[in-house]
Amino acid sequence: MNLYIHLPFCLRKCNYCDFISFPAVPPPVTARYLKALGREMEMAAYALRPGKAATVYFGGGTPTYLAASDLVGLVARVKDVFGLQGGAEITVEANPGTLTLEKLRNLREVGVNRLSLGAQAFKEGLLRAMGRAHGVGDIYEAFTWARRAGFANINLDLIYGLPGQSSEDWEDTLDRALELEPEHLSVYGLELAPDTPWGRSYSQGRLALPDEQEVVDMYWRAREKIRGVGYEHYEISNFARPGFQCRHNLTYWENRPYLGLGAGAASHWGNRRWQNLSYLESYCGAVEEGHLPAAEVEILTPERQRGDTLFLGLRLLRGVSLKEYAERFGEDLLEGYGRELERPFDLGLITVERGFLRLTDKGLPLANEVFAAFV
Amino acid sequence: MTRQDRIRNFCIIAHVDHGKSTLADRLLEYTGALSPRQMVEQVLDTLELERERGITIKLQAVRLTYRARDGGEYILNLIDTPGHVDFTYEVSRSLAACEGALLVVDATQGVEAQTLANLYLALEHNLEIIPVINKIDLPNAEPDRVRRELEEVTGLDGSSAILASAKTGQGTEEILEAIVLRIPPPKGNREKPLQALIFDSHFDSYRGAIPYVRVVHGRLSKGMVIRMMSTGKEFEVDEVGVFTPAPVPVQALEAGEVGYLAAGIKNVRDTRVGDTVTGAERPAEAPLPGYRRVTPMVYCGLYPVDSDQYDNLRDALEKLQLNDAALVFEPETSAALGFGFRCGFLGLLHMEIVQERLEREYDLELITTAPSVVYRVIKTGGETVMVDNPTLLPPPGSIEAMEEPYVKATLLLPSDYIGPVMELCQERRGTFVGMEYLSEKRVMLTYELPLAEIIYDFFDQLKSRTRGYASLDYEFLGYRVSDLVKLDILINNEVVDALSVIVHRDKAYQRGRALVERLKELIPRQLFDVPVQAAIGSRVIARETIRALRKNVLAKCYGGDVTRKRKLLEKQKEGKKRMKQVGRVEIPQEAFMAVLRVD
Repeated sequence: MNLYIHLPFCLRKCNYCDFISFPAVPPPVTARYLKALGREMEMAAYALRPGKAATVYFGGGTPTYLAASDLVGLVARVKDVFGLQGGAEITVEANPGTLTLEKLRNLREVGVNRLSLGAQAFKEGLLRAMGRAHGVGDIYEAFTWARRAGFANINLDLIYGLPGQSSEDWEDTLDRALELEPEHLSVYGLELAPDTPWGRSYSQGRLALPDEQEVVDMYWRAREKIRGVGYEHYEISNFARPGFQCRHNLTYWENRPYLGLGAGAASHWGNRRWQNLSYLESYCGAVEEGHLPAAEVEILTPERQRGDTLFLGLRLLRGVSLKEYAERFGEDLLEGYGRELERPFDLGLITVERGFLRLTDKGLPLANEVFAAFV
Repeated sequence: MTRQDRIRNFCIIAHVDHGKSTLADRLLEYTGALSPRQMVEQVLDTLELERERGITIKLQAVRLTYRARDGGEYILNLIDTPGHVDFTYEVSRSLAACEGALLVVDATQGVEAQTLANLYLALEHNLEIIPVINKIDLPNAEPDRVRRELEEVTGLDGSSAILASAKTGQGTEEILEAIVLRIPPPKGNREKPLQALIFDSHFDSYRGAIPYVRVVHGRLSKGMVIRMMSTGKEFEVDEVGVFTPAPVPVQALEAGEVGYLAAGIKNVRDTRVGDTVTGAERPAEAPLPGYRRVTPMVYCGLYPVDSDQYDNLRDALEKLQLNDAALVFEPETSAALGFGFRCGFLGLLHMEIVQERLEREYDLELITTAPSVVYRVIKTGGETVMVDNPTLLPPPGSIEAMEEPYVKATLLLPSDYIGPVMELCQERRGTFVGMEYLSEKRVMLTYELPLAEIIYDFFDQLKSRTRGYASLDYEFLGYRVSDLVKLDILINNEVVDALSVIVHRDKAYQRGRALVERLKELIPRQLFDVPVQAAIGSRVIARETIRALRKNVLAKCYGGDVTRKRKLLEKQKEGKKRMKQVGRVEIPQEAFMAVLRVD
């Protein structure tokens, strides 16, 4: 079983953030939330009997906005309620500026073995413009402490295509990130959601972004540099040292089941997908009244399951195994989607190699053109 | 007093929105034709679409029974008329079925071009005109100004105008009295051989085509064998009746009366508007005057977005045609769009109505190519061909001369807008004919214009340049020689036949330029650069390039996003579905209509 736990708190909202997260929430509210979360764990464990967790992922928000003791308590609770499989991967997302060496040591001690750090950029001006609550120095400090606390599996998140970001800035960010030798790197092209400060500025024409070609070049440059020093490019936006792919995230891309707990968290279980209530009050209220806080439930038809398997699976560079697909759905992929795949094949966006259907290099930045065929 | 003396046949002439339907409702209500409980908002406009657009495209006839102040009971036949320039011929036929007309003018607006055009038609038919100034309940009503305008514009006696509000019911009785007193009774002779004028028809799925007739002479009764004088086809009458407004069978319709007949007629094409119905046994010597076959003025191609819907489209067109004798269509093939139909319409409005009904009532997704007028091409060998599809224009070398249809356009507008409107008409190759001040503030402009220029966004331009204050009416003048060329559009270096247009040579460069720019906006980026060119023959006169799409990828997709990201992809796919693949390029539906509106 794979478990996601959402901790929707942060110091402040970044200008591009459209995650469910609430800035500067006072301790009584976080305390109520954590209590509700504990209760939801029990309800979910009782109702679904999901078994022991193979991966646990604490995401946010900024989970490390919470005190060390709260986080330690949560991990302990997970062990208690669900149990952990041997060698379970336990990830905590963290932002520089919310960490201390002590906090990191506590997390390690309770069994957290993977840290995902939101570095984003190594340039003060860019960090400030994004509305990040940290500076470049905080990234180095956090990384150093994490190593010292014993984290041997660290991810850094980076963003390219930022307003005012030059390709030199991006090169420099990549160099500095690689210098730290993290086990994992996530590089994301900036996407603007309409209901964010940057999204609004952009739609009003008050925010200039690098042009499309520049952004694509940044992507290729990142891939070239990161692969050049021995990382494997394994998902559209993700790179890892051999053996360090994020096992939790692989469950999403392989379209396997997971449970998501906490406000706004999504689950995929059986033939259903659902999302929890997003607002703290409604989420906590529901749980306190003894209800599972699911807001929207979607029943997955076999057709949708097939489509999801493809548009998620093709995010992985290795692609989708034709054999596994046939075993899972009792249908030949290339036959079943023959008509839809014709154009992507013709345009050279996909290819079949050694029994896998996968995106070509040309297809990587144009993946949606392929994915749209599966929905 | 004979029965015939107690009949009054009248219609209502009004501009769109000036309150014709509401007034008709009031008359019905007042005479008890429908109880208020049965009243639907606008009973005369039957089709849902018409009601939404506020225009009447189908004529109907309602019999009202009115006890007048003189104590007598009168039969008033209200014959409805369409209020749009596309349907002038139909209007003239329903006018021919009447002895009088209510001329309804909005007290806040004044006389409009179509009202005037229809008024002139009515005067040609020697109809008695009763002016009605409507909407006097509105705070901005100016009945005195409108009364003066009526006098100046129409030469009618303004003092005879009735002030009314169809909304409140004010003036209703006065109108009914005026109909009785001022409109003469019908003159016909019931002893003569039957002559009945068909002024409309509708198709009933059980009983076939039902013509609506005005019996001019003679008697029409159940069991008779009738003959359509234009075709010679004969039918046996199963039923004659009147609309109250519900159809009610009667024994017979006699000279002066208005009603319907049912005779197992399979097709509305056999019930042509303007045709004369006579008796097979004792036929009339000659038909009533004024019949002509209606010919489409505007053609366009209609194609299903999804080629699997071709048969459905044909079925739908056939069904529409049952009720719409003016609609013509035949199969055509386009290299770009596949199999579809070339359809002919009376005008742009007629075209839009048909298109909307196909999409709405028959759930079809359509691509419409730019409308074209019918060109007359004289070939070098002397042979003349009519061309309603630019693609079918013979090669330039074989063309001796080309002619295009011209119309006489009448424009009514506030004098402040003379400048912009004259400018528009000049831009559209118009020839100034005359200008007349109808009052201090209103002017009537007359121009001769190529019809092609009118169907090319003339209405929109007129409305926007006069803030909606100008109105337009036009009539066909004839064909005139023009220096015309075929403008082709190449997308990704291939001519897209469905985008070809015939334009005047002097306009070709400007149109070509505007078109490629518009297409560049409308066609989404593909995965490769797509050149868009306008060309006359092999000479490219304008070019744009749609740059390739370089990036379309979601940076993140994790467990929390799956449903949301899937929706994004669905939206993208939905967009693609509405596109037609032409060569390697996906072109959205709207692009094919873009040819029409590029300024």
